[in-house]
Formats: sequence, structure tokens, C-alpha cells
Amino acid sequence: MAANALVEVRDLDMAFATGRAGGKPMMQQVLHKVSFEIGKGETLGLVGESGSGKSTAGRILVGLYQPTGGSVRLFGRDITGPDRRSNLAAVRARLQFVFQDPHAALNPRMRVGESIAEPIDIAGGRSRRDRSDRVRELLEMVGLPRDSAERFPHEFSGGQRQRIVIARALALQPGFIVCDEPVSALDVSMQAQIVNLLMDLQAKFGLSYLFIAHDLAVVRAIAHRVAVLYAGSIVEVAPKAEIYAQPQHPYTRALLDAVPRADPFRVRGPVITGEVPSLMAPPPGCRFHTRCPSAMGRCSVDVPRLRETLPGRRTSCHLYEPASSMELSDHVEH
Amino acid sequence: MTPAPLVSIDDLTVQFRTDRGWTTAVEGVSFDIGEGDCLGVVGESGSGKSVTALSMLRLHARGTSRFASGVVRYAGKDLLRAPEGDLRAIRGRDIAMVFQDPMSSLNPVLTICDQISETLRLHQGMSRAAARGRAIELLDLVRIADAARRVDEYPHRLSGGMRQRVMIAIAIACRPRLLIADEPTTALDVTIQAQILELLRDLRAELGMAVMLISHDLGVIAEFAKRVIVMYAGRVVEDAPVDVLFRRPVHPYTEGLMASMPSLEGDAAKLYSIPGRIPDPDEAIAGCRFGPRCAHAEPICRAAMPELVAIEENHRVRCAPRSRPGGAG
Repeated sequence: MAANALVEVRDLDMAFATGRAGGKPMMQQVLHKVSFEIGKGETLGLVGESGSGKSTAGRILVGLYQPTGGSVRLFGRDITGPDRRSNLAAVRARLQFVFQDPHAALNPRMRVGESIAEPIDIAGGRSRRDRSDRVRELLEMVGLPRDSAERFPHEFSGGQRQRIVIARALALQPGFIVCDEPVSALDVSMQAQIVNLLMDLQAKFGLSYLFIAHDLAVVRAIAHRVAVLYAGSIVEVAPKAEIYAQPQHPYTRALLDAVPRADPFRVRGPVITGEVPSLMAPPPGCRFHTRCPSAMGRCSVDVPRLRETLPGRRTSCHLYEPASSMELSDHVEH
Repeated sequence: MTPAPLVSIDDLTVQFRTDRGWTTAVEGVSFDIGEGDCLGVVGESGSGKSVTALSMLRLHARGTSRFASGVVRYAGKDLLRAPEGDLRAIRGRDIAMVFQDPMSSLNPVLTICDQISETLRLHQGMSRAAARGRAIELLDLVRIADAARRVDEYPHRLSGGMRQRVMIAIAIACRPRLLIADEPTTALDVTIQAQILELLRDLRAELGMAVMLISHDLGVIAEFAKRVIVMYAGRVVEDAPVDVLFRRPVHPYTEGLMASMPSLEGDAAKLYSIPGRIPDPDEAIAGCRFGPRCAHAEPICRAAMPELVAIEENHRVRCAPRSRPGGAG
């Protein structure tokens, strides 16, 4: 698995200084020992609530932040080690980012064609003719009319603007795209169009995606595997079918339970209480224990490790450790 | 037989001034809200759901908006035409509102106590001390732990979920008969959203008030509302009890909206999407405004804007083919 991984993230730590207290800098630990990999043509969904660190992880993966610990290898090159500058430069063209707000991502005074051609110009080596052919080709690829190149972003709807952003991301034929909440700002009927477009492009070009989202239902449509972040740590990673059908970590279960269903007859379970803890002073032990309905004594003391619970599934919870197999049978039923 | 509704909206048409003249944002909207009702209004951007809600309290900027037609009846008054003084007495006392973004609704330089007290002192003439005591009670009521200490904090000290609880505390301070909640959980995480919806549900029962919940999310509507109004491009297209609507949607737009909602259960294959896009308010479309996107459109759909027709008791649909006798099947 790791052999053909396009993206390999190992023990990623990220802390931001948020001020000083008593002469010492106060650090906010936004990511804590995060590890995952993404294979060629694979989509990893990264879900979590605000403050979980999911966007920070995405930014590190495209080289926008330098992590405070751990490593990131892209296309086999370490973009966090001593050779990070040359390695990042070597993979940069194959690396792209699609943000949440397509309005903010496009220069309002630049014609759409110019925006899409910008990466091509930076990479260089194309004639004028070649360049405009490529722009038209890209517009067609994302389902926009060819004459869109001459128009300005404000002439397009939110969904169409996101198509423009995707066209630009495809300009240099990337292998890996970080999509950070790409459909959250769109209406439901537009969301589906963009998600389907991303899936079609993946099938066509063998793209890999890190798909960051808070909406578990959207992630279910596009991801192959899903990683759940809570307060900076991955609590569970599993193939899509399994994590939605049989979530293991109590937080994953709570998150899935909280999603409103379009079914007025559903009887919902008890609502999870409390909020995500402060990252300046995270609770000891398991960071979720303060809200966990299954918390035991050791949860407030020992930090659980992310370990394989079933083939292809990893969960970080004391309920799933061999030593606590008794609790496992008690608690899993829920 | 049926008691008079609490609020009755009849043929509301709202227009806004643009560079190209007056644009119609909401047209011919009619519905009633009964005492203690639990109404959901669902629609995508530009459907007119927020414009309708703001019109009920006449909160649009004057000069750039106008009511081209319609009446909003409440307690024997037409809220669209009542003197400003009457409206000021109703806003926040009889009909209160909670918005999407609690941070921009709260004043960052006033404490929570100041902001809850303002309503109480204005509408109920309470003393400063009495208002403070009541503010603490209200924070308890919206389940903010340690209310006596929290009451003196400033909004920036609170999380998004807490801020929305404070907004709800302000809204219910005078025990309104109707609470309008416009996308109250859209900016919040799902777990906090579930907490806030549960709170609204409990408060509605405890205080016996009617709630009109506006959301773009059919899931939120399904979990909260007892009756649902679906809006599209400034019009009501369907109005039905929640179980009827979700079991058997009749309007093709309602069907499409339900089908395009990504689900956590069932087949996870390709998502359905309604073809085309939401029209601009100015766009000239002959007949039904959903027509160009509708897979079931017939010539009759282009002839005229269909009427909102009752196809059953409590179930109205604005679709010419499907409101014909036997057309819904």
C-alpha cells in the first residue's frame, strides 16, 4: 500500500504561536501526530468540525505551511525535510488546491481565460496559439461554454465559478488536488454537479484527491476512504463503506448521528453534549473523553494510539485495544 | 372551525431597486402561521425565503425595496402598512428573529447582560437589576452553563454555538408568540447544530410559541418542522405537512431537491443533480419558473405561471400538470 502511495503523511505536528503568557509563547497544537496516505486515483475524505485541523493539514500538503514535526512525502519526495525547497519545486506543477469560496479564488478584474492560463504562463513553454487552445480545452473539460474565456467571474454563478477554479487547477495536468470544502458554499442542486465533475475528472485522469469537508454526506459520495479528525488527531480511518455502516470511534458515531436526515420519521438518539476543547489546553488522555458517552477511567489518563482494529481500519480508542476486549463487547452495541 | 391564524401572509410581492429598475424577489407568496405552529421554509439561494421573513417585520431598507402587493396580518394589523411605532412594539416582543451569523448580530463591545437587558428594558420597562436577574434566567433556559458568570462576558469569549444560544435568549426574552429563525444553524458544526435544534424544539414546547424555521437543508427541515413550505425563485411551489412532503413530494422541484441531497444511507453512487441553474430574478421565463429545468414540463407549463392549488387538504402545489385531478400520480 505504502509502496504506491502518492501522498505519505507521517506523524504530522503543527503548532501555531497565539500570543505570549508570562514571557513564554503560547502554542496552539493544531495537529498532533497525524498520519495517512493517499494512493494514485484515490480520494481520501478528511472530515471534522471547525478547529479539527483539517484545513491546516490541507495547507501543509501543498506546501503552504511548514509543519513543526513529522514528514510529508509527495510523489516520493519529502517536502518537509532538509531538501524541501528543491523537492517542493519539483512536484509543485503536479500539485493543486481548490478552495471553498470560488469568488475569492478568482481575480474579479481578470478575464476567465487569463485566470485559467496563469499557471500555464508561469510554467512557460507554450505558444500563444497553443495556450488559447488549451484554455478552450480546459473549459470544455469542466463543462463550460468555450466563449467563457472572454468573460469576467461576476458573470458566472457560484457553481460555474467553481468549475472555472477547477479548470485552472487542471491546467498543468496535476496528479494530486487538495479540495478544501469545494462545495460547501454552493446550493444543494449545484453541489451534486461539482462533486460529479470531480469524480469524472478523477476517472479520466487518474487524479488523487484529499477532499476536506465537514459534510459527511458529500464525503460519502466522493471518497474511497475517510479519515476523521478531532481536535487535531485522527480518531478513525476506514474505507468508506465500513466507516458509514459501522463507525467504530464514539466520535465518528456521534458525528454521523448528528447529521440531520431528510426523514421526518427517524427517531434520533441522544444529542452529543459539549463542544470541541481548546487547543491551547487540550484535555489529558483522549481528547474526546470530555464528551464521550463511553469514556472509562483510563481515557482521561492514557492517550489512545491509532491502531489497526480490522484489516484496513484504524481507530484510536481504548475500547478497541486488545487489553480492553471486555469493554469492547460491552460498548460497541450502543 | 379552524381558529384564526397568528400571522397570515397574503399575496406578498417584494421588489428591490437595481440599476435596471425594480426586480421582483418574491411574488404572490401566501401562507398562514397558526398559534404554536412549527413551520419550515426550505429553498436554495434566491428562493425568497429570507426576503419573505424580513418582510414580515418590515426589516428591508426603505427606498431600495417596496411591497408591490400583499398583506401581512397580525393581531388585526397589516404589518406592511402599520405605523413604524406599532411595528417597533411588535418586533422583539411579539415576533422575534434569530439570524444565521450570531457574531454579526451581537454587539462586540457590549456584554451579554447588556444585550439581553436591552430588550427587557425596552419592551417590559424592567429595572437594570431585574433585567440582569432575568438575563441570567434566560441563559439558564438556553442551557448555558455557569450563567451567572457568563452573563458579564463579551461575545468574543463565546463559541459560535454559545453565541447562537445568546441570540435565542434575546429572541425569547419577551416570550414572543412567533420566533423566526433564519438559517440559525448554518454556520455551526453538525454536533452543535443538533444541540441548537433540540433547544429550539424544547423551547417551542415550553413557551408555546410558534416557530418559523428557514433553512436550505432538507435534513434540518425534516427533523424540525411539522409543516413545510418549499420556495423556488421567489414563489411558494409546495406547502404540505412534513410527513406527506417527504413521503410523497409532488412538485418536480421538491422531488429534485430531495434527490440531489447526498445521503448517509443507501446507494452511494453518483449524485443526482437538477440540470441547469437557478434563474436570476430578472430573467424572463415564460410560465413556470422551474420549467426550463423540469424533466416533466409540458406545453401548458410555458403558457402561464401555474397557480398554487390545493390538491388535498393542507397540501398545495404550484404545478400545472401535477395539480390536475389525477395528475399527481
